[in-house]
Amino acid sequence: MQIDWFPLWLSLEVATLATLISLVAGIWLAWLLSHKDFAGKNVLDAITTLPLALPPTVLGYYLLVVIGRTSWLGGAWEAITGSPLVFTWKAAVIASTLHAVPLLVKSTRAALENVDQSYERAARSLGASEWRLFWRISIPLARRPIAAATALAFARSLGDFGATLMIAGDIPGRTQTAAIAIYDAVESGNTILARTLVIVISILTAAIVWLSNWLEERRAR
Amino acid sequence: MIEANISKRFPAGPESAGFHLQIEFEAAPGVTALYGPSGSGKTLTLDTLAGFVKPGSGRILLNDRILFDGASGVHLPPQTRSCGYVFQNYALFPHMTLRENLAFAAHEVPRLERHRRIAEQLDRFKLTSMAGRYPHELSGGQKQRGSIARALIAEPRMILLDEPARGMDSTLRADLHLLIHELRQTLKLPILLVTHDAEECFALADRVLVYDAGRIIHRGTPAELLQNPGSAAVAQLLGGFNLFEADVVALDPGRQTSRVRFLGDEIAGPHLRGCFKGDRIALCIRPEELRVADRPGDNRIRRPLLRTVERPQSVRADFGTGLIVDVPRDTWQMLEPAAAQTGWWVEVPSASLRQITRQLAS
Repeated sequence: MQIDWFPLWLSLEVATLATLISLVAGIWLAWLLSHKDFAGKNVLDAITTLPLALPPTVLGYYLLVVIGRTSWLGGAWEAITGSPLVFTWKAAVIASTLHAVPLLVKSTRAALENVDQSYERAARSLGASEWRLFWRISIPLARRPIAAATALAFARSLGDFGATLMIAGDIPGRTQTAAIAIYDAVESGNTILARTLVIVISILTAAIVWLSNWLEERRAR
Repeated sequence: MIEANISKRFPAGPESAGFHLQIEFEAAPGVTALYGPSGSGKTLTLDTLAGFVKPGSGRILLNDRILFDGASGVHLPPQTRSCGYVFQNYALFPHMTLRENLAFAAHEVPRLERHRRIAEQLDRFKLTSMAGRYPHELSGGQKQRGSIARALIAEPRMILLDEPARGMDSTLRADLHLLIHELRQTLKLPILLVTHDAEECFALADRVLVYDAGRIIHRGTPAELLQNPGSAAVAQLLGGFNLFEADVVALDPGRQTSRVRFLGDEIAGPHLRGCFKGDRIALCIRPEELRVADRPGDNRIRRPLLRTVERPQSVRADFGTGLIVDVPRDTWQMLEPAAAQTGWWVEVPSASLRQITRQLAS
């Protein structure tokens, strides 16, 4: 029996894109939360944590409300691109990103707050702008925990199910990711496909978790 | 020249007592030591000068340039203050080599000039062969010299040294003192040195500000402070003083003398300004100004010897009730055999008795 590898490739593509987007957004949010004082900081902190705590279907429902065809954002997207955003692989990227961002924000914030204040003060007193300080001092000093969190975020994106199903659907060959394909295969009694995908995803995830732990250990040394 | 008038209040929290820094000082080119116990506001002062902490009110000027002015809301960011800050932990960036650390500080200098300056600083601080090493590969002394070199490469207009000798052995400490002395001679910049080591203070400082609980309680040259600590608090903080209370028995303003009852004996004292007969006063005496003898005499009081401590140049003799005398080693060796038989007398020259206020350090 021939195995359809499309769901696995799609999952890898979606997870890669979602991880890249959440890395940029996560680092920026973590910097804001760790280095700036502003009104509504606690609210922003709570909002960035919420996707970790909400049931995936609830998050998916919210996403449908925000980017669905009848929503303002979904309508605008459709008007510009000519096609809807929901039930496409791009919607899967959005769902995965929302799950990955909180992981990155939490870990990166902790890593940035752990950077010895004297390094940042020294850089400032040597005339470094906040931008230069961020790129040359804070990020390099926090790079290992950030890399570890990125690996975990990738693993989290790879396995997203509930929210992805709600807003990207289960369209074979278009939006069916590996996690959804496994569910489908089990439901339809396709044991070989289910087992193959389960084994590949398990090996991949185990490798990523090992990488994340190794990066954390190197940081501790 | 630094002119600072700073007030900064930290309200009390559930697990911390409140703190109020309220200071005013001027620091001319040369070394000004900020001396005092931990938590008295010395490092906080450096942080406000460097721009890391914003004072609640006041004014900070560096060579007539306003760095902070509470009234008009001026608070220059640390980047524009031209301040060479040497941190307690050196704060060399751990992910950069020493050369990269120096280059980071000189990033605004054109490339060729930057290379020249880095080479010059590395050479000046004897670090050329270490330039490619990371901070964790350097010794404590090398890290410290690297940190000072990095602070100087940006051509600061003031230098702030936060306890640079902390945790150093005596050899490294001596090297550091030589280095600071050389900087003082060559740079002609205000150098603020935070320390709670009195010896360091007296060895390096042109002027000392004595801190206690967020305030400057005394100021002057090291010689002035030794000569006149002013209060029991300063004498206590500087250390090495005998502190006593005494009763004024008689005053002779004409001869500029007095008689005081001190440790149960009546002795001649100096002219005591603003005192009346019967007053109880506070006195301090430096241990090296007292003398010991094996027989009675003028201004000598008989005391039992409790213990002695050998020191490199002298013997420190403890005669109880806080009376400590530093006796030159040869004098001690000459007197000890006879005094062991007859007993000890401590001679208190009247000029060695300094009147101070009773206020104690908090």
